[in-house]
Amino acid sequence: MKTRILSGLYLALIYGFIFLPVAVLVLFSFQDGRLPVPPLKGVTLKWYAQILNDNALMAALGNSLLVAIVSSAVAVTLGFLAAYGLARHRLPGSAMMRGLLIAPMTVSYLIIALGLLSVINQAGLSPSLWITGIGHAVINLPLCFAILYASMGDHQKNTERAARDLGASEVQVIWLISAPLLLPSILAAFFLSVTFSWDEFIIAFLLTRFEVTLPVEIWSMLRSGLSPATNAVGSLVFLISVTVLLALELLVFRKAKP
Amino acid sequence: MTAPLTVHGLSHSFGNHAALTDVNLTITPGEFIVLLGPSGCGKTTLLSILGGFITPTSGTVEIGGRDMTLVAPKDRPTTTMFQDYALFPHMTLRDNVAFGLRMRGMASTARAAKAMAMLAMVGLEDRASHRPHQLSGGQRQRVALARALAVDPEVLLLDEPLGALDLKLRRQMQDELKSIQRRVGTTFIHVTHDQEEAMAIADRIVVMNQGRIEDVGPPQQIYLSPKSLFSAAFMGEINLIPANPSGTGITTPLGPLPVTPISTKPQTLCLRPQSIGLAGDLPLGPATLIDAAFFGTHYRCHFTPLAAPNLLLIAHLPQSAHPVLGSTMTLYATAPVLLEAQ
Repeated sequence: MKTRILSGLYLALIYGFIFLPVAVLVLFSFQDGRLPVPPLKGVTLKWYAQILNDNALMAALGNSLLVAIVSSAVAVTLGFLAAYGLARHRLPGSAMMRGLLIAPMTVSYLIIALGLLSVINQAGLSPSLWITGIGHAVINLPLCFAILYASMGDHQKNTERAARDLGASEVQVIWLISAPLLLPSILAAFFLSVTFSWDEFIIAFLLTRFEVTLPVEIWSMLRSGLSPATNAVGSLVFLISVTVLLALELLVFRKAKP
Repeated sequence: MTAPLTVHGLSHSFGNHAALTDVNLTITPGEFIVLLGPSGCGKTTLLSILGGFITPTSGTVEIGGRDMTLVAPKDRPTTTMFQDYALFPHMTLRDNVAFGLRMRGMASTARAAKAMAMLAMVGLEDRASHRPHQLSGGQRQRVALARALAVDPEVLLLDEPLGALDLKLRRQMQDELKSIQRRVGTTFIHVTHDQEEAMAIADRIVVMNQGRIEDVGPPQQIYLSPKSLFSAAFMGEINLIPANPSGTGITTPLGPLPVTPISTKPQTLCLRPQSIGLAGDLPLGPATLIDAAFFGTHYRCHFTPLAAPNLLLIAHLPQSAHPVLGSTMTLYATAPVLLEAQ
């Protein structure tokens, strides 16, 4: 009984530690006053109305979604093809290739952003959403590759062999057999990439100029001081992340367990 | 519809290990061939080369007079039934069976009709909309067979397809495979390590050992007059008695026997347990019964001949024999086979 109370207390503390900041953020987004700090003076939705009518903010939200979806699609496609090639064919130096594909995971986003910045300067390009998307594909590719390579076990090999035996070309084997069988892992990799890209700040900050993503827009709002409006934006971002995670849980992981 | 298959001078090595050495084989259209041998004898390697999954180190594979040695699996007139069935888990049975037809560009209504006909042949037409995981092992097996036959291959390759089934189901599937093969008339090449299975289904058995073909022929021939000691012993229990030629007969530890020697070299006399009994045309002399066990259809008995106490003979005596341990009986043999000693 005593251990149950103690472990319950521990559970409450750990969830409090994780979720208190978010709870406070969401709570004070409803603050009927000019500052998102206690005491709570009343409840209002006016800050939400304000941010939803803020064109720059909504444009940034659209940009963020676009970058997240396109860069994740690119990262998953490239990651899948790399994993398929390395899992299904004997290639010279495949251990080194695997290492090189995973390596960007250990490099800080700041370094990747600086590298990309100097490359596009050399190439005579200017920072834009496209370049940010490339940056996000770079950081998410190792993740997608690792997830897909791990799930591409040998048990699927004979199925692919059977398809080839029945007359399928290599493209048909991938499209009709390998990819459908790996769909849970592909979706997991995609949605994880989307959440990482959605939250990413440093690369987006250094590689966008006129069209910015949501984290960059929020940062510029913060420079003019705290306001319940920033809390409202934060709550909105949080809501979208939670929605993606729930979709992932319901669509992918629930289905993967028979 | 079905074509002859010729394998010429086929050798294959995995690194330093020679998996196949100079294999030559001609298979006539419509034959049911069984490649039989212990694990590691090269039978699966040979099947993979026929299917196009392995390119041999040397030698050629011809199907219907065309050289297929370097042709990819998808362009060969062969299909394979895999040991683990390798069904497509995300497709219905109908789509599984129709897959090969789809790859050949057949229109969807035509291929659905053909798939249903193939499923009907294996008795699963009422399960067409099910997925593979809803079936039992034996049913998956049938789907794999229907899928491989749906594209009308010249040659069907079967890679130990009955290995995962229990004994009763295996016997049943053997009968079914045989009757389906007769009906469709396709050449079947079936790999197994089970000699009973081989005898039950084969028109001709190819016995393999250490990458070489030891013996080729119909089951009766392989069993009754094997060409090598390996194939004699692999086909079932056998007594091997050393023999030396002397004149028109042989001398053995049991004494001289009136069997015509095959050469002037040392030889081995091969006698199946059921060829040794209490009557026959070849007297083996008196022997002491030291052990007997009732097997239902016969008694399996161990004898030591009085002339050669170190030799152990295994004989099957009839149910009516009522053998008594320690008694001495006079044994006779029938159907003796002489082979070169190794």
